[in-house]
Amino acid sequence: MLNVGKIEEGFVLDHIKAGKSLELYEHLQLDKLDCTVAIIKNARSNKMGKKDILKVECDIDRLNLDVLAFIDHSITVNVIKNGEIVEKKALVLPKQITNVIKCHNPRCITSIEQELPHIFYLADPEKEVYRCKYCEEKYK
Amino acid sequence: MRHLMSPLDFTVEELDRLFDLANDIERNPEKYAHACDGRILATCFYEPSTRTRLSFESAMTRLGGQVIGFSDAASSSASKGESVSDTIRIISCYADICAMRHPKEGAPMVAAEKSSIPVINAGDGGHQHPTQTLTDLLTIRSLRGTLGGFTIGLCGDLKFGRTVHSLIHALARYRDIRFLFISPEELRVPDYITDLLKKKGIPYEEVIRLEDVIADLDLLYMTRVQKERFFNEEDYVRLKDFYILDMAKLSLAREDMLVLHPLPRVNEISVEVDADPRAAYFKQAQYGVYVRMALILTLLGLA
Repeated sequence: MLNVGKIEEGFVLDHIKAGKSLELYEHLQLDKLDCTVAIIKNARSNKMGKKDILKVECDIDRLNLDVLAFIDHSITVNVIKNGEIVEKKALVLPKQITNVIKCHNPRCITSIEQELPHIFYLADPEKEVYRCKYCEEKYK
Repeated sequence: MRHLMSPLDFTVEELDRLFDLANDIERNPEKYAHACDGRILATCFYEPSTRTRLSFESAMTRLGGQVIGFSDAASSSASKGESVSDTIRIISCYADICAMRHPKEGAPMVAAEKSSIPVINAGDGGHQHPTQTLTDLLTIRSLRGTLGGFTIGLCGDLKFGRTVHSLIHALARYRDIRFLFISPEELRVPDYITDLLKKKGIPYEEVIRLEDVIADLDLLYMTRVQKERFFNEEDYVRLKDFYILDMAKLSLAREDMLVLHPLPRVNEISVEVDADPRAAYFKQAQYGVYVRMALILTLLGLA
């Protein structure tokens, strides 16, 4: 089994659905951070069978938890200080997300005015439905 | 500063005040003839809609105000590629309030975000047309005396008709309303609307033939069934007459039932019905002016 060492300060995203870690890496813009990032794919998991894990050595404030919650709010966020887990952050669905997903409705004003931000709001927390702020089209 | 993007932007109490004002304008037009002296309404119509534009222009003119604007995108700076955000910033310098119609959904909201004057959504694609809904509500309230305590039949294209969807959403906030949806299978009201009614415990039924339920109705809201909405010619021919209101069908209805239609009508209401006292669709157009007058006054803070 492959071993990836402990990190001193940063965060570990655990219980990522297998195969989803690269998508998260992109959405969290981890490529823009000048720090150590470990992407672990298909790790063995008692709970999930297979899972992905991301270990990032940087300040927790640099992580956009809203984006993370939108993508998968069942991910476990462990905050690490001095090599120990000091906090487990619960993820709640964000009320609004900006420029994470795009509106694909060809009749939406965002389809012709390029400079507009793509803003989605949480329309139905129970069913986890997000709608475009401008045209109210459901995000699928 | 307030804008109007959706008919649900106003609470039921705010709508009551708006409708009271509209009814006062109806009774005492002279009292409001100079209420907007020196004010300018910009009608920014990126697609033609003569009836809605003229209704807004009539409303502002009857309040003593002036109107500037354009009536299609080709005659506006949009044809040079100007964004809605930029256009509204300029219009904000020229006018005190703006009514915007745009083929793209959400365009008036983009305008409202960048505007320093109130913006009224005068229709954005298939999305919202709030002043039509306000017109419908004012017509019902004025002619029946109250919003609530009635059975309304919505007839025709209930799948694609945004007017119908907005009206159902708006009426769902009032008490004791029962909906009867009258349409062919292909054009039934979307699930998200019936889900909303179920959730709120509002009674509704879906039927195919108008004759079967017309006797139960206090209000009949007609819409057009367009041929291109059908999958095949055969179904269209078989069903189209179900959704045409003529005197034979109207004779089955109650004496005090009201017939509404957002207009323009094509052939879904026979002209013979126009002379019947139950036909309220031309009065509806008149209420459309009153409600827009009340809206302009309210958004300008002059109410």
